[in-house]
Amino acid sequence: MIDEKAPHETLTPEIRTRPFEKKKQGSPKRFDIASLLLPLLVLGLVLAVWAIVPTLKIRGHPLVEDYALPPPLTVLQSIPDEVHTGRLFSDTVASLFRIGAGFSLAVALGVPLGLWLGSRRSVRAALLPGVNFFRNLSPLAWIPFAILWFGIGDPAAIFLIFMASFFPLAMATMAAVATIPVVHFRVAKDYGFQGRELLLHVTLPAILPQVITALRVTAGVAWIVVVAAEMVGCKDGLGYGIYDARSALRLDLVALYMIIIGLLGIGLDRLLSQLTRLPGVRWGYER
Amino acid sequence: MNDNFALRLDHVSRDFGGLPVLDDLSLTITPGEFVVLVGPSGCGKTTLLNVLSGALAPSSGTVTTQGVLRTVYQHDGLFPWLTVRDNIGLGLRGLTDKEAKARELAELLALIRLEEFAGHYPHQLSGGMRQRVELARALAGRSDILLLDEPFSALDYQTRLRLRRELARLLALRPRTVVFVTHDIEEAAQLADRVLVLSERPAQVKTELLLTTPRPRDLTDPSVVEAMGRIIHDLGLAESDFELREKNLGE
Ligand SMILES: Nc1ncnc2c1ncn2[C@@H]1O[C@H](COP(=O)(O)OP(=O)(O)O)[C@@H](O)[C@H]1O
Ligand SMILES: [Mg+2]
Repeated sequence: MIDEKAPHETLTPEIRTRPFEKKKQGSPKRFDIASLLLPLLVLGLVLAVWAIVPTLKIRGHPLVEDYALPPPLTVLQSIPDEVHTGRLFSDTVASLFRIGAGFSLAVALGVPLGLWLGSRRSVRAALLPGVNFFRNLSPLAWIPFAILWFGIGDPAAIFLIFMASFFPLAMATMAAVATIPVVHFRVAKDYGFQGRELLLHVTLPAILPQVITALRVTAGVAWIVVVAAEMVGCKDGLGYGIYDARSALRLDLVALYMIIIGLLGIGLDRLLSQLTRLPGVRWGYER
Repeated sequence: MNDNFALRLDHVSRDFGGLPVLDDLSLTITPGEFVVLVGPSGCGKTTLLNVLSGALAPSSGTVTTQGVLRTVYQHDGLFPWLTVRDNIGLGLRGLTDKEAKARELAELLALIRLEEFAGHYPHQLSGGMRQRVELARALAGRSDILLLDEPFSALDYQTRLRLRRELARLLALRPRTVVFVTHDIEEAAQLADRVLVLSERPAQVKTELLLTTPRPRDLTDPSVVEAMGRIIHDLGLAESDFELREKNLGE
C-alpha cells in the first residue's frame, strides 16, 4: 500500500537541521605560487650543492679537482666569451636546423607509412619485420655509414636524426590505427566515406591525439641523438661544442652546453605540447 | 511477391565459428514501420542488426534493403574530433547546395534543441545529448531506414524516458522505417508498431505483437501496460513462469 501523506514528522531532526557545509577549496592563487616557488627552491638547492662540492677538502686535499667539476660561477663566467664570439648562437642554430630538418622529414614519411601499415594487412606482413628491426637498432650504429655516405656536415646529422625518429613514429602511428573503434568505420561507411576521404577524415583524426603524443616522445629521442651525431659527424652544433670543449679540457664550457641542450629540449617539448591544444584533438586527452 | 518492403530477410542464417546465432530467419519490414526486437542478452540481436546493415554477411540466405540505411549505436557513434554541428553535417554530405545545407543543419539543431551546443565536441556533452545528436545525424538529409542498437541503454532511467518521447516526436516530423533493438520491455511497448519477441540463441521470432495506439504513449497507458504484460509473458519472465520453474526444480 502507498501512503499518500508524506510523513515529514518522522524525519530525524539531526538530518533535517544538519547545516550544509561548503567544502573548503584551496585558493588557486596559492597553488600557482607553490608551483612556481617549489621548482625554484629545488633548483637553488642543486646549485648550492654544485657550488659547495668543489670547495670541500679532505685532509687538505680537494674532494674533486677544479677542472673536473667547475663550479657554477666559472660556468657563468664562460658565457660572455661564448656569446661574444657568436659560437653559442651559431651552434644553437646549427643544432636546431638539423633537428628541424631531420624530424620534419621523419614525420612527413613516418606517419604516412604508419597509416599504410595500420590499414593494410598485406603491407603489415611485408614491412613490419623490417620496421621493427630498425626501430630496435640504435640510430648511432649508423654513424659510420652516415659519415661515409654524406661526409662531415648537416646531411649526416639530419640522416641520423631521421633514422632515430622515422621508425618509432611509423610504429606508433600503426599501433594507433589498430586501436580505432570499429564503430567509427561502420559510421564512416554509413555516411559514404571511402578511400582517400576515409583516410583523411576518419582514420587520421581518430589517431591524431596518439600521434601527437608519439611526436613529443620521438622529438625527445631525436634531440638526444643530435648531440651524439654532432660529436662525430659535424664541425659545429651544440654536440660538437661539447666535443670541442672536452678536447680543450674546458669542462666549464661542457657544462654550459649541457645546460643549453637541456633547456632547448624542454622548449622543444613545450612547443610540441601546444599541438594538444588544438580543438579537434582535445577529446583524446580529456576522456 | 510483394514489392512493398523496406527490409527483407529470406532464410538468413549466421554462425560464428560453428556457433549458430541466426538460424533460418525470415522477416519482412514494410516502409514506415517501427519494429522493435526484444530478446534475452546474447540471443543475436546485434548480429541480426549487423546483417541487416550489411556490416556482417549472412552465412546463408539473402538480405534485401530498399533505401538509404543508417545505424545509431549504443555509444561512441559520434566522431569525437568533430563538433555537434559537423557530426550532424555528416548526414548532409549528399547536399551540394551550401545554403540548403546550412538551413537543414539549423533545423536539425533546433529539432533536438541543442542550438547552443552546436560548437561543442561530443566529450563535452552528457550521454543523453550525445544520443540526441546521433538521432539528428541519422535523420539528416536523405535517409530511409534507421537501425538502432540499444541506443538508450547506456543512459540513466529518466533520460531514457525523455529520449523515448524525443524519438517519437522526431519520427512524427521525419518518418522513417525503424528497426529498434532493445532488451528494455518498456521501450518496446512505448515505441513499437510491431514487437518481435526473440527466443534464446539461435534467435527465432517467438511471438509478434501489433500495437496501434498512436505515439507518444504514456508509460502507464493501458495499451502499454498490457503490451508489457504480453512481452514479459512471451519472454518467459512472468511470475507464473518463475513459480513453475521453481516447482519443477523442487521435484
Ligand atoms: N564477432 C563475433 N565472434 C564470435 N562470436 C560472436 C561475435 N559476435 C557475436 N557473437 C556471439 O553471438 C551471440 C549473439 O551476440 P549478439 O548478437 O551481440 O547478442 P545480443 O546483441 O542479442 O546481446 C553471442 O553469444 C556472442 O558471443
Ligand atoms: Mg547487442
